[in-house]
Amino acid sequence: MRQGLGRWWPPLALLAGAVGVWEVVVRAAHVPDYLFPAPSSVVSSLHRDGSLLASATLVTLREIALGYLLAVAIALAIAVVLHFSEALRRALLPLLVLSQTVPTVLLAPILAILLGYGIAPKLVVVAVVCFFPIVVNAVDGLRSADPELVRMMRTLHGGRLAIFHRVELPGALPAIFSGARIAATYAAVGAVFGEWAGSSSGLGFVILQAQPALDTARIFAAVVILSALALALYALVTLAERVLVPWQPEAPHA
Amino acid sequence: MPAKGAGLSQLLLKPKIPTLRGVAAEGVVRVLRGRRVLDGLDLQVPFAGRVGIVGRSGAGKSTLLSLLAGLDEPDAGRISVAGTSAPHDRLAFCALMPQRDCLLPWRSALDNAGLALENAGLPRREARRRAAPLFERLGLAGSERLLPAKLSGGMRQRVAFLRTLLADKPVMLLDEPFGALDAITRAELQQWLSDALAVEPRTVLLVTHDVEEALLLCERVLVLAEGRIAAEFHVNVPHDGPRRAVVTNPAFVHLREQALEAIE
Repeated sequence: MRQGLGRWWPPLALLAGAVGVWEVVVRAAHVPDYLFPAPSSVVSSLHRDGSLLASATLVTLREIALGYLLAVAIALAIAVVLHFSEALRRALLPLLVLSQTVPTVLLAPILAILLGYGIAPKLVVVAVVCFFPIVVNAVDGLRSADPELVRMMRTLHGGRLAIFHRVELPGALPAIFSGARIAATYAAVGAVFGEWAGSSSGLGFVILQAQPALDTARIFAAVVILSALALALYALVTLAERVLVPWQPEAPHA
Repeated sequence: MPAKGAGLSQLLLKPKIPTLRGVAAEGVVRVLRGRRVLDGLDLQVPFAGRVGIVGRSGAGKSTLLSLLAGLDEPDAGRISVAGTSAPHDRLAFCALMPQRDCLLPWRSALDNAGLALENAGLPRREARRRAAPLFERLGLAGSERLLPAKLSGGMRQRVAFLRTLLADKPVMLLDEPFGALDAITRAELQQWLSDALAVEPRTVLLVTHDVEEALLLCERVLVLAEGRIAAEFHVNVPHDGPRRAVVTNPAFVHLREQALEAIE
């Protein structure tokens, strides 16, 4: 943001170009809307199904936001516990990696059976999908504190907690935010998986309903909104990093 | 990690225990990676004494400071600081200023300076209140709220020194405090340190590879070579007066030549 909007132009121009080509090709080849809708059809669907999509968006947004917060809270708690206990770290970290090999898609129906059709199973799916990159980055970040800073703290009345709170935790923030940014891009997908396993509202549900009706434009409209939600979450996390990590020379990411 | 803050905060907040005994080491041996870095080292520094330790790099200067500070234990021999020799107590009595300034990049200059006070349990506001007057007095006024990244190397080193000073410990171990600075800033900071120590006297061990610096700042200079004290010089040249007059004083020049010879 410091460099102004300049660096947004190349990706925006590329995106606009791609959308333009898509529109021209679909129209020129007379591709029917149910097979592959032109961008203009997606836009008109966004307009036509506005109220339906808006209420579905609110439902999914809630799942994403709450699920993501849940993931951050759980991930940080686990990371701190693992940081303080070498034994637990050795025992639990491999199991956490193992947990990531379980396909979340398969987890969602089981959660729906366990937790019903409300918001709870969606939050759990979003949290399960999001927490891993945050935990791994946070554990690494906490462990990579500069040993010289730790020595310095010990000679300046610094106990274990002071070292954690004044050196290790602030030092780990950039790593934690890296994980949080990666997780932010997973959250929307997690919410859709959750909705597909059983729901009566939300953008995932809209997609499920539009599919048998061959309303492909509406599916695309829902996907566009989902992308926008993921992007907004990513931007929000990046903004939070700028505010909370002001000593970083320059965030190297978009 | 054996560090424990509770006992220290009491020390800091109550009137200081009179520490009549300074620093002593007897027959200290430390083996690192198969090499006897320190090999039967003896050392005596009286309370409020100011001793410089010079030597080639790798002579064991930093190892010695780590041992004195209680961050490390000798393989043989005894170390006592202010009359105690348990590592935890040594840690309580020594403040170590490392070679790198080690300022915390997320804390302002003032909050870096007050770090030890906060570690000892004081609220941040109180730590700031105590650190602020020293900023004024030691030529740092105006930089209180800057993050370390915005400070020059010399300023950072001053803040690091203030932080060590504010730990309020009887013994200060300075490990090449000006090693990373250019010659002009270094001369400026040597003068500044000398003034600061006149305001706040402490037992000081200054490790440096710069013989002139040691002779300018200390009453006694020890040459560390092959793991023990190889030579000892009493600086009986007046320190006051303009720096150039001091360093060109024939007695000073003679002392410097002798010390340099002892290092080689």
